[in-house]
Amino acid sequence: MTVKPLDAPTLPPDVLLRVERLTMRFGGLVAVDDVSFDVRRGEITALIGPNGAGKTTVFNCITGFYKPTVGRLTLDRDGRPWLLERLRDHQISREAGVARTFQNIRLFGGMTALENLLVAQHAPLMKASGMTVLGVLGVGGFGKAERAAIEKARRWLERIGLADRADDPAADLPYGDQRRLEIARAMCTDPVLLCLDEPAAGLNPRESADLNALLRSIRSEDGAAVLLIEHDMSVVMEISDHVVVLDYGRLICDGAPKSVREDPRVIAAYLGVEDEEVSAVEREIEETAS
Amino acid sequence: MTVAEHDAVTRSEPPAFAAALRDAFVAALIALGLAAPMMGLMATPGPEGLKLEPHWQRVAIAVAVVFVGRLILNLTIWRPGVRKPKTANSPRTDAMLARIAKLLAPAAIVIAVALPFLPGVERYTVDLGILVLTYVMLGWGLNIVVGLAGLLDLGYVAFYAVGAYSYALLAQHFGLGFWICLPLAGILAAFWGVILGFPVLRLRGDYLAIVTLAFGEIIRIVLLNWYWFTGGPNGIGQIPRPSFFGLEFKPGPDGFAATFGLQFSGLHRIIFLYYLILALALITNFVTIRLRRLPIGRAWEALREDEIACRSLGINTVTTKLTAFALGAMFAGFAGSFFATRQGFISPESFVFMESALILAIVVLGGMGSQFGVAIAALVMIGGFELFREFKDYRMIVFGAVMVLIMVWRPRGLVSSRTPSVFLKEKKTIAGALVQEGHG
Repeated sequence: MTVKPLDAPTLPPDVLLRVERLTMRFGGLVAVDDVSFDVRRGEITALIGPNGAGKTTVFNCITGFYKPTVGRLTLDRDGRPWLLERLRDHQISREAGVARTFQNIRLFGGMTALENLLVAQHAPLMKASGMTVLGVLGVGGFGKAERAAIEKARRWLERIGLADRADDPAADLPYGDQRRLEIARAMCTDPVLLCLDEPAAGLNPRESADLNALLRSIRSEDGAAVLLIEHDMSVVMEISDHVVVLDYGRLICDGAPKSVREDPRVIAAYLGVEDEEVSAVEREIEETAS
Repeated sequence: MTVAEHDAVTRSEPPAFAAALRDAFVAALIALGLAAPMMGLMATPGPEGLKLEPHWQRVAIAVAVVFVGRLILNLTIWRPGVRKPKTANSPRTDAMLARIAKLLAPAAIVIAVALPFLPGVERYTVDLGILVLTYVMLGWGLNIVVGLAGLLDLGYVAFYAVGAYSYALLAQHFGLGFWICLPLAGILAAFWGVILGFPVLRLRGDYLAIVTLAFGEIIRIVLLNWYWFTGGPNGIGQIPRPSFFGLEFKPGPDGFAATFGLQFSGLHRIIFLYYLILALALITNFVTIRLRRLPIGRAWEALREDEIACRSLGINTVTTKLTAFALGAMFAGFAGSFFATRQGFISPESFVFMESALILAIVVLGGMGSQFGVAIAALVMIGGFELFREFKDYRMIVFGAVMVLIMVWRPRGLVSSRTPSVFLKEKKTIAGALVQEGHG
């Protein structure tokens, strides 16, 4: 497990994740077709595209929920390359350090916010409890490890403004809080890459602004790269350093937000081909960006 | 008056009497529909074959009784048209029951410990106590699998059988004593738990339930047909009785009674068995409570809540499920070897599907995940079953009625709320309605 795969390519130092020729077929349907892009360290990369473009499929391949039909996904964690398509889903989180959230929030609703964040620290806590054996007997350093884990969870709850609701069941929290809690839970696994599937969906403008601040702080303070799927252009244009656009499973544009915004293929894919609509949405993008 | 105003008026003031009358009328119509063919027409043998004989008077009486009865009920107890909110368990009842459980649990343990020496307690009561405690232990063991990890296991009795046969066969062939066989039986049952769990735990929900059900039956049928090894339907007899750490319960100079200077009595062994199963059950309880606060216990509960989220957080769902399965099986194995030593005789008849269903019913009625609720459910079901022994087969009707009542009143079991395993400022119980039941 710890041996470097012989055929893993060496990535340039600034590249965290390299997606090469990723293809995913479901029977006759080609959901993702020959997509290649890089996610660079310390950057927020946005994956955008119209509905059904294959964004979530790309996500599921990166996070191990699907095994790609073709393609190579190389992630470099602290100088050690991991081929994600060969790892099982729980190894991708544990070994390679890729964490994710879900489009429809998947919190542990019957558990408290604090417990949700502790479940995310399962691997280190499990080790501290001597794979449960020492923990049951009450020997070993489990108590200390658990206090540290609770402290870490408390810091995250404070960061997302939920310290007062730590002991409430996650299902009782308002929608926006649940979204932030899910991000905090993903971050509690100490990832190098955080994958967010439509984090701003259903948020009001204020919550959306809070989310942007949170994602920026994750980039700067925690040093994790962020890969996000988003429909909300204000979020995409405001915080992302790099935008990847998919349409019908193909990569149609890859670059800085500014260049992507002006790319005629993106505009056509996103907005259809009606000229009036194009100009209308262009205006909207201009407004949100300014 | 606009439509909206009209709506508001009718909704704010439901004419109580009219609604009650209408409801009673509908009920009477249904009664008429049912009674007319069933009571109104009777086939009687006539000279030219069967002929229908009308009895409209009876129908009229039945309909009248339904109409008047329903009307009276509507005007007194029921309020037709006023629908109760559809929350099955109100959070307040939830919290209250959880608090009662917390207060009563230590008292229950004290009573259980003192039971054999309470005045007026006879051999029969202690025997019944042993039986109830066996099911309490089985319920607590299954609770790890069903209540915490959310894996519906319908073949739990198979592991109970593995434990019982492990002890019986090891004692018979190798002359091993109870205290060596007890851990071995647990290990063997856990081993079978892993063997079964490995291929099966990819399945979820109903499919898992069906396969575990089949596994339970396979074990029983193997025990029944593997004649030269298990004795088949004849079972295994003369299983050694437990000794008090080497001292046997027998009359004579080297027996338990003589060593402690007591008058020999057959009750000593019963009381010893009682304390043995009490200790085993309390160990099960203690281990479960501890496990809940360890990462493995939280992972089980997280698995019950959302398996996909667990996988995204680096939890190996296969090994996590397997540990739950193996631990649950281990406690069943302990209980099984206790059962064998208590009975002195075992046969496949003791390990039928009905037993699995009974243990599962105890867990579900008690409240999945609640230790105290399971204990109370075991007491009520097993104890009640014994108390109503004179009713013979009518017991099953009472049993069914009780289950229906509990499912109506508290569909998530007696104590359905969940206590968080860890808290920052204040420990709040979580209403049962928020807790998932698991999909396997």
